[in-house]
Order: sequence, then C-alpha cells, then structure tokens
Amino acid sequence: MKNILQSIYFYLDTRFKLSGLIQFAKKKKVPEHKHSFWYYFGGICLFLFILQVLTGILLLLYYTPSVDSAHESIQFIMSQVKFGWLMRSVHSWSANILIAAIFIHMFSSFFLKAYRSPRELTWITGFFLLLIFLAFGFSGYLLPWNELSFFATRVGTDIAGTLPLIGKHIKTFILGGPDVTGATISRFFWLHIGILPLLTVIILGVHVLLVQILGMSKPIGIPQNKVKEVPFFPNFILKDSLGWMLILALIGVLCVFFPWEVGQKADPFAATPIGIKPEWYFTFMFSTLKIIPAHIFSIEGEMIAIFGFMIGGLLWMLVPFLDRKAAKERRSPAFSFIGWIVFLYIVVMTAVTYLLPGL
Amino acid sequence: MNRRKFIDFFLGGSLAGTVIVFLYPTIRYILPTKQIEVVIKKITAAKVAELAPNTYKIFKFGTSPGILINTSDGELRAFSAICTHLTCTVIFESDSGTILCPCHNGRFDLSGNVISGPPPDPLESYNVEISGEDIIVSKKG
Repeated sequence: MKNILQSIYFYLDTRFKLSGLIQFAKKKKVPEHKHSFWYYFGGICLFLFILQVLTGILLLLYYTPSVDSAHESIQFIMSQVKFGWLMRSVHSWSANILIAAIFIHMFSSFFLKAYRSPRELTWITGFFLLLIFLAFGFSGYLLPWNELSFFATRVGTDIAGTLPLIGKHIKTFILGGPDVTGATISRFFWLHIGILPLLTVIILGVHVLLVQILGMSKPIGIPQNKVKEVPFFPNFILKDSLGWMLILALIGVLCVFFPWEVGQKADPFAATPIGIKPEWYFTFMFSTLKIIPAHIFSIEGEMIAIFGFMIGGLLWMLVPFLDRKAAKERRSPAFSFIGWIVFLYIVVMTAVTYLLPGL
Repeated sequence: MNRRKFIDFFLGGSLAGTVIVFLYPTIRYILPTKQIEVVIKKITAAKVAELAPNTYKIFKFGTSPGILINTSDGELRAFSAICTHLTCTVIFESDSGTILCPCHNGRFDLSGNVISGPPPDPLESYNVEISGEDIIVSKKG
C-alpha cells in the first residue's frame, strides 16, 4: 500500500513539482506573539467562503430565480428536499458569520496596523473583498423573494438612486428597470452566482498571494526577541483547522436550533411591514438614515449621510497612505482612536436598531 | 511616422478596435431594455362599502402602489403610497390618524405633508370621487 502511494506521489511530483510546494509550506513561518490570535480570522473567512461556494452550488439544484417560483422553490428546499433545510441554513448562517469574521479580520488588521508598507495592497484588496461580500449579502437576500428582502432591496437601491447625476442610471441598471421586479431577481441572481464569485476569485487570489509573498505583519512596538516564529505547516495550519472545526460546529448548532426562515412571499402592492430592517450588517447605516434630519442647511439629510458613508469608506480604504507614522514603524495612536470611533459607531448604531426600534 | 511606429499604431488600434467590438454589444446587452409603460391616470381603487371609517387600503395604481384612507370623519383621501424618503410603502395608523412609513419612521398628516422623520417631501396626493359604488382615484393635473 505504502509503495502504491509513493508511486502515485512520485508520478504527481514529477508532473506538478509538489515537493517544491511542500518545501515552501515547511519553510514558511508565521510570527507568534500576544496578538497572534487575530491572525486566524483570515483563515476562518476563507473557510466560510468555501462553505458558501459548496452550499451555494447545492442550492442551485432546486432554486428557480423568478417572481412566480423563487419563493416556492425555497419553500420546497426547506420542506421537501432531504436535508434542504440544512443546506440553506448552512448557506445563510455561514454567510452572516462570514460577514462578521470579515469585520473582525478588518478591525484587527486595522488596530495591529497590518496595512502599513509594504502591505497596502493587501489592505486595499481586503477592503474590496468586504464590499464584494456585502454585495453578496445584499443580492442573496432578495433571492427568496420574501417581503423583508423585497423592501430592503427597494430601500437599498433607492439609496444608490439618490446619487446626483448617475444615481438613477445606477438604480435602473441594478434593478433591471425602474422598480424591483422579476428582472431584479434575474440580475441579482446573475450577480450572486456569476459576477461576484468571479470578482472574489480574482481579488481573493491577489489577497492570498500577497499574504504568501509578504508574510504576516508583526505589530509595531513588539521587540523582535519577543516574536517567536512557528512553521506554517503543520503548526499554524493545525490551529487554523481547529478554528474551522469550531466554526463548523457553531454553524451546525445554529442550523439545527434556528433554521433559516423563508418568510412571507413578497407582494409589491402590500404595505411595508412594521419594524422592517435590513440584514444586521447594514443596520448601522439604516439607523443613521432613520435619525438624520430631513434637511441640513437646505441639503437633503439622506444625501449627506450617503456621501458621509462614501467618503468615510474611501478614507478607510486609503488608510495605509494616510497613516504616515505607521508607515515608518512608529505608533500612531490618532489612527487607533479613529478606528475605535468607527468601531463604536457601528456597534452602537447596530444596537440602536434592535434595542430602540421606534427611534 | 516611421514604419515601426505605423505598425505599433496599426496593431494597437486593431487591438483597441477588437476590444470595443466585444465590449459594446456586451454593455448594451447588460443595460436593461426599456419597457413601454402604460400611464394610468384614473382607477377604481375600492368599493364604497369596502372601507369603514378610520381604515385604509393599498391599491394598485399602474405599476406603483397608492393608499386610500377613509378618515375618522368619513372623508376619503388618496396618495401615492411610495414614501418620498427611500420608496417604502406607507401605511395608515388609525390610532394617531397619521400616515407612517415603517422603514425609517417618517410620518405624514392626512394632507400628505411631512410631520416628522426623514422624508424630504410630501406624499403625492390624488383626487378622489365617488361614482355609484366605486371610489375613483385620479392623478391631479
């Protein structure tokens, strides 16, 4: 048996040069220090993405993207198809946990100043991946065609529609017409399973390649003699897979006790249900739009909020170029402070959505 | 222009032309096709017996929803049900006698004017008339 395996390995090694890859993995070192816990969230994101792809492919077998059958096909998956409830619940729960893991990964990278030179592009590709996964969440949310997702899509795309000059064109392009209709499901489906995965593979490829080339960033101010280095293979990868197993167990528990809801079928001519809100990761923006006054200095409040988020996002992406101190391996408490403000704003506004719904 | 520059220009131009030949139909294909929309100016929104005082009905007005309210005084009012903030469908709150947008808590009075919340403009109001047993709603102007 051992000889057969060795022959197979030799055959493959001759053709794919596997020994080079194994040598690279053995030589690759990962820094270990008091903050290294946060390194594992990158791997968790990757694991959850793989889970998304696998369950997404399985859901494609029964899902039909049209107004007449989208909701019915999800009901069929949840109630008739064997383990359909599990596949869809794993897809939905892991999507939500993935977004949370991306946020944790992003903020931990921010506070550890992992974005500093030469890892600016790693940060920027990570930022684009966040936007792509938010778009995944937004487009996937509509696919079951339920009333919550219908109105969330209406509000979300109308936000894009308020942009001056190009807003209406963007909205029409996204929706496939002036309103949320069957054309919108087709477009969102196309985005969700075609365009966004393609973009993800490209940008994620660059992101992971940069991590391989540049290695993991060490935090500023930790003396070099206090940073140990452990082999990526097998030490780091084993701890990484332990994290994956824990996440998988958590998803399993959530799916069994809280299978993902199907909701009421969307009716474009029904009133918006009371207490409606988008997915949790959009609620900080939702609450901002709720409390901002209608007009500020004769400019529409929503316009100010939307531009605020856009400019804030742009500055966040450009942080590696703005934080000059970190670029010179010096501490930059001002940027840490800004990071805490942003983090607290997101947490508080998200909590406000759930704790003060009548605000 | 020497021969090499000409070849560079020719090949570069051909490449750009090829890209455009592929890109133009693709972009036109992706952009939504314009649908002919039938503009409806008048509609039977409800039957008179259908609406008790202090209740409302969401009705289909062309491709968008409208709201018909029978006030506590028995007066009929109709508006576009699309909130002027971020296009959610509004409802009538009988307790407060106001129109509410459940998405961002925008509130309108029974003339469609904004009372509170983020909506920047009033709701578009419609004419209401009774014809036999039907409540007819029509666009103004």
